[in-house]
Amino acid sequence: MAETSKQTISIREYPVDEHPDKNYLNHDKGILSWLITLDHKRIGLLYLGSITFFFFLGGVLALLLRTELLTPAQSILDADTYNQIFTLHGAIMIFLFIIPSIPAALGNFFLPMMIGAKDVAFPRLNLASFWIYVAGALFALFSIVTGAVDTGWTFYTPYSTETGTAVVSMTLGVFIMGFSSILTGINFIVTLHKLRSPGQAWGKMPLFLWSLYATAIIQILATPVLAITLLLLIMERVLGVGIFDPALGGDPILYQHFFWFYSHPAVYIMIVPAFGIISELISVFSRKTIFGYWAIALSSLAIAFIGFLVWGHHMFVSGQSELSSVVFSFLTFFVGVPTGIKIFNWVATLYKGSIDLKTPMLYALAFLFLFTIGGLTGIMIGALSVNVHLHDTYYIVAHFHYVMMGGTVIALLGGIHYWWPKMTGRMYNEVWGKITCAVIFFSFNMTFLPQFVMGSQGMPRRYFNYLEEFQGLHQFSTIGSYILGLGFVMMALYLAYSLFRGPKAPPNPWGARSLEWMTSSPPTHHNFEYTPVILHGPYDHHQPEHEFRMGLVSESKETHG
Amino acid sequence: MNKIIEYLLPPQRSTVASEVDSLFMFINVAGFILFAGIMLTILIFVIKYRRKSEDDVTPVITHNSLLEITWTIIPIILILIVFAWGFRGFMTLSTPPPNAYEIQVKAASWLWEFEYPNGGTTLNEVFVPVDQPVKFIMRSDDVLHSLFIPDFRVKMDILPNRYTSIWFEATETGQSILYCSEYCGSGHSAMLATVHVLSKQEFEEWLETGLEVDEDMPLADLGRQTYTAAGCNACHTLDGTDRIGPSFLNLFGSERTLTDGRTVTADEDYIRRSIIDPNAEITAGYPANMPSYAGRLSDRQIDGLIAFIKELHD
Amino acid sequence: MSTSNHHTDDHLQHHFKDEDQQFESSKLGMWIFLVTEMLMFGGLFVAYIIYRAWHPDLFYLAAQELDAGLGALNTVVLIASSLTIALAIRSLQLDEFKKSIQYLSATLVLAATFLVIKYIEYTDKFAKGILPGGHYSYEGISHEMAANFFSIYYLMTGLHGIHVLLGMGLIGWMIIKVRKRSVHSRYFTPVENTGLFWHLVDIIWIFLFPLLYLID
Repeated sequence: MAETSKQTISIREYPVDEHPDKNYLNHDKGILSWLITLDHKRIGLLYLGSITFFFFLGGVLALLLRTELLTPAQSILDADTYNQIFTLHGAIMIFLFIIPSIPAALGNFFLPMMIGAKDVAFPRLNLASFWIYVAGALFALFSIVTGAVDTGWTFYTPYSTETGTAVVSMTLGVFIMGFSSILTGINFIVTLHKLRSPGQAWGKMPLFLWSLYATAIIQILATPVLAITLLLLIMERVLGVGIFDPALGGDPILYQHFFWFYSHPAVYIMIVPAFGIISELISVFSRKTIFGYWAIALSSLAIAFIGFLVWGHHMFVSGQSELSSVVFSFLTFFVGVPTGIKIFNWVATLYKGSIDLKTPMLYALAFLFLFTIGGLTGIMIGALSVNVHLHDTYYIVAHFHYVMMGGTVIALLGGIHYWWPKMTGRMYNEVWGKITCAVIFFSFNMTFLPQFVMGSQGMPRRYFNYLEEFQGLHQFSTIGSYILGLGFVMMALYLAYSLFRGPKAPPNPWGARSLEWMTSSPPTHHNFEYTPVILHGPYDHHQPEHEFRMGLVSESKETHG
Repeated sequence: MNKIIEYLLPPQRSTVASEVDSLFMFINVAGFILFAGIMLTILIFVIKYRRKSEDDVTPVITHNSLLEITWTIIPIILILIVFAWGFRGFMTLSTPPPNAYEIQVKAASWLWEFEYPNGGTTLNEVFVPVDQPVKFIMRSDDVLHSLFIPDFRVKMDILPNRYTSIWFEATETGQSILYCSEYCGSGHSAMLATVHVLSKQEFEEWLETGLEVDEDMPLADLGRQTYTAAGCNACHTLDGTDRIGPSFLNLFGSERTLTDGRTVTADEDYIRRSIIDPNAEITAGYPANMPSYAGRLSDRQIDGLIAFIKELHD
Repeated sequence: MSTSNHHTDDHLQHHFKDEDQQFESSKLGMWIFLVTEMLMFGGLFVAYIIYRAWHPDLFYLAAQELDAGLGALNTVVLIASSLTIALAIRSLQLDEFKKSIQYLSATLVLAATFLVIKYIEYTDKFAKGILPGGHYSYEGISHEMAANFFSIYYLMTGLHGIHVLLGMGLIGWMIIKVRKRSVHSRYFTPVENTGLFWHLVDIIWIFLFPLLYLID
């Protein structure tokens, strides 16, 4: 390695070919060229399509639940169907949609481009991850036809070992999808370590990549434990192995420890990539160097690390020892610090910026609003005595929807709009984009703010019937959810329209500085026809744009001094 | 502000409630100030620094140590306060006074059974004295449940393989609702009970007389009372619609096809057997998940239920 | 985790700049994969530790039922196989293809021996009625939780056994690769990674053996 410092290389600017005839979309033709593609961009789109499908499926289920809750007694579903639907809604949204959402779809597409690589380190493995994900998803869907699951997405024992529903195929599906997640994580870590372009020190990586790096670490460290937990649960049902079922000598609290050891870090698998997108959006649309680059980058790693030590805060009233609860509560608050630091850094980035309120930026601001509420209510339920009252009520439901949907999904939407021109080569309609963002923002609050109120008033979650005093708030929430659904339909329409009729996108419509914008929209098969060389940081808006398009003149001219 | 907090929370009816609520209020106020501050700053920045032209140049500000240290230290101080405050309340919640009045609680899918020191039991209703610490010692018959009384700010999971406990001291007489808050299947949202807080004198009287079944009440009336008190209504309707179990309407005298293919007539004997050992003869199409009421209902209460069901015809 | 199964000398994939980069990438990838494997077994080890802490007497009693002799023999077999696969890689680096195939085949035979011995142990237990979980019917151990120990035993050795099978598949594939000369002294990443995997399988067994068989 010492020799590299003596290497001299010659570089020159490579102008972008605005609209090359060949791009990654028409490089190969036919369905098969997509299904067995090794191109990270196409794999990213395959994931994007899949998660969109599951998001709509999960969304329809959510609307069914909200419709049932219009009245305190039975309205359109019976109790067992209701229980199956909330389980499916949770399992689909978490395992099939949100965990793969940002990393596997947008991450796959942009991680190699942002480091100037032609692909991820292991393209075959990448394709394998996708098909493993599909296989897992099929198992999960198979459980719907064979009797569904009514355990809640947490599969708590002993209910999950005793219920008569198709727990095995669902958990097997999640088990299989875990491997997809692990393989993607391995792929990303190796790619970031080994494939960065010349000049791209760790400190010159876009923050989106730091967040994906932190996410990948969580994926590889936590997911194997989920795998073994679910395997034990499956064995428990199939063979009657008594690890978790008290009837066989097992312990249900042990299951909860195992489960949350994965599932709490999994929360950070879901939210940390969103932080990365927000960092990109805020800097680009303020046209300003990000404030506190290292603070944001390292706080992602800090969150990943602390995230492994706080799982017990899901179990304050589970019957675990009081001492554990106290320790877990103490550690939990320290996740709040790096999270707060991020928010302050983003706000500071806006200072003296040149703020352009394009649709992606509106989503970034909506994120700041919603996620801050999600974070602050997290402090509320981390406090031991208050948690006793709020645990397993609608307050929790509202809190995690503010974090997962108000945070991750809003950031994902911002990311999709931001990178839409790059991925598709088309611009969407800005006016419709803004209107839809506003609709989603307001209806989201309408849906979930009342749930905080219900929760603190004592409305337990997973309730098919409820007391009449809650009806007003439930109805308000349901109406909000209908408008929210409408917002997503509007988005689907104008985005679909742009695919066919949208104006052609220039290579860098937002004036960004990171590498993915230094190639054509849509990119060519190999992303770059040269080896990019990085001179400046990804947010150095004060440097001239052409200095970000540097590449090696020719690899053979490298001389060793 | 107090009005808002009062709206957000259930009435304070136990000694710990005010302590929990004051922390709830503190976090809400502090959080709101923080939130409003951040949002206001964003709003001002967005308005003031809107892009004016495509040639805008922005200053390069990479960091500011003083600012960063400030916004690290202040949240740390805040969370330490919140932690310590929550810790104190939690300690109160988990340390029952030694003189607490002990009630054994058994949770089953889907009913609550409360057993008093004198051996008497009640179903889906619990009677406690005011101004005296009461401790519930809880165990589940089957899956996980959780006992939650919002008015008292107490909650604790109930496990099948070990005892858990909660305690509270009610501060006023009246009724409060008790929920199951750990998901436990079809009847989860119907697994409710009522907490009756009585004055000390009323409670003593109730212990003497209330536990006995009213021998003078007509059988069918006793059955109707038992139907709600024992939680039959969680699964069995009176209007012919199916819930988890068969409706009681037109049940008596009907032909029941069992899961093993046999048919029986729902006579007095069958109904009694179905209450004592419910899962032995399940009508086809229904889940085998009713708890046994052997020992939980008196003979006369079962007779009452049978008489009550007999009357339910269109 | 191999990066290439091109059966030509053209094993450098388009997105790598040189062979060093490709080699280092796949090695790093393999190591991370091994970490995830260890974490997966780690979950079972945690369950083991917890149950042993709860029922130390049971673990002592039940371990008497296991045949420490066969367990020790299997340990020797696996250690030997780790040696042979290391030698196979060494030979390949010297382009001694024949020798490399011989060592790989020896590893395969040793792995099979391990499974045969495991099979003998399992059938012996099954005959006594020592089956996992709910199917347990053996009465020789006077402890009500006896089935739990064997559930853990079967889960741990079973998952390990599956890894042995996977390893055998990989070794078989490597034999084909060496035959076709698609790996050689300049490009031996897949064989090297298979070796790493096999060492992991070996190491896990070295933990399992004393934890399950040698309790006192």
